[in-house]
Formats: sequence, structure tokens, C-alpha cells
Amino acid sequence: MTEIAIQTRGMTKAFGQSIAVNQLDLTVPKGCIYGFLGPNGCGKSTSIRMLTGLLTPSSGRIEVLGYQLPQQAEQLRQRIGYMTQKFSLYDNLTLLENLQFVSKIYGLGGLAASERIKQLLGLYQLEQRKHQMAGSLSGGQKQRLALAAATLHQPDLLFLDEPTSAVDPENRREFWERLFDLSEAGTTILVSTHYMDEAERCHRLAILELGEKRADGTPAELMAAMPVQVLEVSGPGLREIKQQMLRQPLIVSAAQLGSRLRLLVSDQQRQPELWLSGLLGPAYQIEQVRPSLEDVFVTSTGVGYAEHH
Amino acid sequence: MQSIIRISAIIFKELKQLSRDRITFAMVVMIPLVQLLLFGYAINTDVRYLPAAYVDLSQTASSRQLLDRIRATQVVNFVTHYDSMTVAEQAITEGKVSAVLYLPADLELRLLQLHQAAAKTQARPAGHWVVDGSDPMISSAVRGLRLMPLQEESKTITKTAVSFEVVSYFNPEQRTAVNIVPGLIAVILTMTMILFTSAAIVREREQGNMEFLITTPIKPLELMLGKIVPYILVGFIQMLIILALGHLLFDVPFAADLLSLFIITFLFICASLALGLLISTKAQTQLQAMQMTVFVLLPSILLSGFMFPFAAMPEPAQWLAELLPATHYVRMIRAVVLREAHWFDLGFDSLCLLLFSLIALSIATARFKKRLD
Repeated sequence: MTEIAIQTRGMTKAFGQSIAVNQLDLTVPKGCIYGFLGPNGCGKSTSIRMLTGLLTPSSGRIEVLGYQLPQQAEQLRQRIGYMTQKFSLYDNLTLLENLQFVSKIYGLGGLAASERIKQLLGLYQLEQRKHQMAGSLSGGQKQRLALAAATLHQPDLLFLDEPTSAVDPENRREFWERLFDLSEAGTTILVSTHYMDEAERCHRLAILELGEKRADGTPAELMAAMPVQVLEVSGPGLREIKQQMLRQPLIVSAAQLGSRLRLLVSDQQRQPELWLSGLLGPAYQIEQVRPSLEDVFVTSTGVGYAEHH
Repeated sequence: MQSIIRISAIIFKELKQLSRDRITFAMVVMIPLVQLLLFGYAINTDVRYLPAAYVDLSQTASSRQLLDRIRATQVVNFVTHYDSMTVAEQAITEGKVSAVLYLPADLELRLLQLHQAAAKTQARPAGHWVVDGSDPMISSAVRGLRLMPLQEESKTITKTAVSFEVVSYFNPEQRTAVNIVPGLIAVILTMTMILFTSAAIVREREQGNMEFLITTPIKPLELMLGKIVPYILVGFIQMLIILALGHLLFDVPFAADLLSLFIITFLFICASLALGLLISTKAQTQLQAMQMTVFVLLPSILLSGFMFPFAAMPEPAQWLAELLPATHYVRMIRAVVLREAHWFDLGFDSLCLLLFSLIALSIATARFKKRLD
């Protein structure tokens, strides 16, 4: 029994001339929550679709739970769960009917199915709404229903494609609690997101940009491996200062956060604090701060995250 | 076993969704109902009361008497009269009238000659008809007036011997509705069956359900069968509505051999549904599915023998029509409903439909990939 849930080598997908995913090497250990972090159109969904067997890769090798894809996609299906980006259950069926439908599709029948559905309704707090049409649910409820449906057959591997894009922060926290429960129970989870706070919850993550992997590792590893120092400057005329700083070759990025300017300074500058105060003068306060995942994202992609949107 | 559970899951879901989609559900009943009333009453090949005019240059008692006699045939309805043929021809061009009767000034003389010469030949006709011949059905109706007896007593004189006697079986009163109503089942089933199934699959793709469904262990054939079965029921309901109403309203005989009726209809429904599935594997949106349905529907109405006699078409068109399930069904349903045929008498058409269903279903299943690319 291998300890690796997903392994790809040179996974590539081209749609005509445009390359959606380019030479992706991934290794996802069993039992971990693995994140795909990247802006829209970076190849997250395409990668997930290749890993679930929905898309045939143009080249490269893919092995998921020991099955070779795309050849053995059919055997894999019983063991994976997939929560699509768009709500993919039936709006004009009730919650209960949707779950009953999914359970039959997975070949679960009779008592076992109704027990499992009852358990899921309780777990995802949907018991009172079970006779409500799925189309009339709120974003958070729909998402919980989709998760319930995707995990109904207790898959070993769960794919979640931007699961929280239509959900408020309160529900998002709750949702992640459920994911940790699943992970605790041994389910491997691959989740794509463009939220930094979500990415930070993952055990490991890969940063994707333009179909290529820019970095991967645990959030802490990624932050430690950054070749930059993070400093924050406060003082007058920050808009002006920002432009001035961006002209410095050693400054990788400058972004304003309220009354502070966050600067990423290359490691080549050994004493960035001193260097900056020399540049800016005494009117400015300079402080070295803890790096965040957004800084990792910026340094590994070379572009500010927000500028992608 | 698992297969049966999965197929029944799809069937159940499909029926539930159908029962909640009020407009579609209403259409299941309303399409046959409204179309039957509309076509049953409206389509009539027995031409009556054509708008016509006359140009009467003789202005005599005999001419007025003659006009009355023509009116009494109910073929034409004289809506107006003109003073000269030039004006009358203009009226035909403008579409005001379909036919003009010209009675010359020497009408009485001609009538007299006709009367005397009846047994002989070479007599000049009493007048002549000018007809808008662009519609052959109208001109042949007027042509039927050519040999109209001119006077009560002349019947005895002009009566010619009949070469053949015609005995009309199955529809002795020659009512169009008797022929139209069974054929209408073919047209309505073609439309609803193809459209429902093609839309049923394409809709799942459009609304994103398919992406989830194809990551589950369901097999393409299971999905196809699950999608077909509910609509077989719908098809039977529509057939019964049409036949029952056709019987009540238009006195169309109800099939004596119910088993045959169900067998041939089942075959036709399967063929249409399989075609719908085939369309669904090609169409990306419901609109495209609709367009492809119309592409099949129009020839099914015009070439299947529903509207025009099949035998009247040139041979290549007949071959083409044989490819349409509707052609075979129109032939069979008329045989079963009107001629009390047994389905076993209709081996060729049954076999065609069966083959069509199997081929279409296999292609659709093979083409349906559990993939997005």
C-alpha cells in the first residue's frame, strides 16, 4: 500500500493552441489536505478534472490511489468524491431526494443508505430542511449539501473545486471544520481556492500560475523558503513612496495596506531595515513583520495577488 | 443488481422532475389536445366554397339559373361579379377570388346547341372557368365542375357509362379527419419524444449536473435507459389522448387490436427517444437540441405520408422518407387503427423501427463519453 494518494509527472493539458496546465509534477500524501492556490484561469479546475478522469491529459503520467489515469478512470470513480465549482445537484429535487438519488447512483440501497443519509443530514445541519427544494437553499446550505453528496459513499479521496466561493466567512469556517473532521478520519482532500486564509489552513499546497506550478510545500516551508524580507513602512505620502520604492531593483513588491506600505525586499540586501531608513529618512517608521502566504504568492508569481483580479 | 438500482434512480428522478416542471407537464397534455383540435377541424382536403366571381355577358334568365345551379354545388361561392374579363383577371392576380366564370353573350344559343348536340360531339361549351392554378388542389376542384349537368332533364341525356365502379373501404365518407388523426400521433410523438430526451440530457450538461454525474460509477447505457423509460410512459399517454379524443370528436375508429397498437407505438417511441439521445450527444445547448429536432420534425410532417400521399413522391424522396421513423409509424398506425391490421402484418415497418432504435441507441451510448473533452 503506497502512502501517496496522487502522483503526477509532467501532467499537461492543451486546448488547441492554449496550454491550460503545463508539465505539472504533484505529489499528494495520503490523509493530507492539499491546496491548489492560484488566480482564476491558472489551471486549477483543469488539473482537478484531469485528476478525476474527466479530462484526458495531453501528455504526462497520472496515478491516483494506485490507478493509472485516464485508463482506469472507471475503477477510480467508486473511491473518489468530487464537489464541482458550480452547484451540480438538482434544484427541483428536495434535499432528501437529492441525497437518495446520489446514494442509489453509488449503489447504496435500503437501510444502509437511509442510515448514512440521516447521519449526513445531522452532521451538516440540514435535518430541518430535508424537504426543501435544493434550489431554494442559501449558498452555505447548498455547499454543505454538495459536500454531503460528495462524501456520501465515504470516498478515500475528495476533490473540492473552489468550494467556498459563494459562502460567507462564518460558513466557511464551519465548512473547514468539517474538512478537518474528514481529514482526521483518513480522507485525503484536494481543494482549490483563491482565498489566502483558506490556503493557510491546508497541510500542503501548490501555487499555480498560468498552468505552471510556482512553488509547493507546507505553508510554513513556503514562507521560510521565500528569498525576501517583509517590512512595513508607515508615514506621510505613501502613494508617492510606493512608486518611488517600486523603482528600486531590490524591492520585489510594494503594496499599500491601509496606512502602511508592505514591502518585499530581496534577501540580497542583508540589512533591509537600515537600508530603508537610509532611503526614506526619519519621518518614516519601519518594521520587519511576519511573512504571510500572500507574500509567498507574490514572490513566487512575481505579481501582486490582487492584480490578478 | 447495482445496474438496476442505478437505472431506477435515474427514472425516479426524471419522473419527479417532470412532475414538478409544470409547463413541461402541461405540454405533455396540451400539445396533443390542442393540435388534435386544430388539425382535426382545420385540415380538410375536401375543397368547398372557393371565393369566385362571374362575368355574365348574356344577362339572361338562363345565365342566372346556371349561376344558381353552380352555387348549389358548394364548390364555389360567388362573392362578386365583374363587367369584363380584364378586370376579373386582375382580381385573380390580386388574390381577391380564386376562380372566375365567364359566360359569353351567346350563352342561350350555346346551351341550346349543347342540349341538342349532347349525344353528338363538337358542341361549344357554355362558358369557361379561369382559375388560379397555383394550388393544384383548388384547380382540380374547379375542374370537377367541367362535367356538371347543365339542366335537370339533361341528366338523362348526358349520363355516360362508368368505366369502373369504385368501392371505398375503411373511410367510405372520405372524411379527412379519419386519415389525419392517427397520423397526428406520429407527428406529435416525433416532436415531443425527440425534444424531451434530447433536452433532458443537454439540460443536465448545461446546468452542471453532468459534471457530477459522470464522476460517479454510473455507466452510459444505464444513464440512457434511465432517461428513456419515463418518456415511453409520456408517449403512451399522448397516444391515448389523441386516439380517445379523435374517437369522441371526429368519430375516428378506436383501434380494435389494442395489443398491436401498443406494440407499434412502443417501437416508434423507442426509435424517437433513441434519436433524441443521439441528438443530445451532439448538441451543446438546449437551443441546439431544439434546432436539430426541428430538422427532423419538418420532413417527418411533410415526407412521412402524414400530409401528402407517400406514393406520390419521387423515388429518392421515398428512400429518404424510409429513413424517418415517422414514415413507418404513419403507415402502421393507419393500418392498425383504420384497417384493423395486426402488428404481425406489418413486419417490414416493425423491423425498420426496431433496427433504427438499436442503431441509434448504440451510437448514442458509444458517443456518450464520461469525459468533458
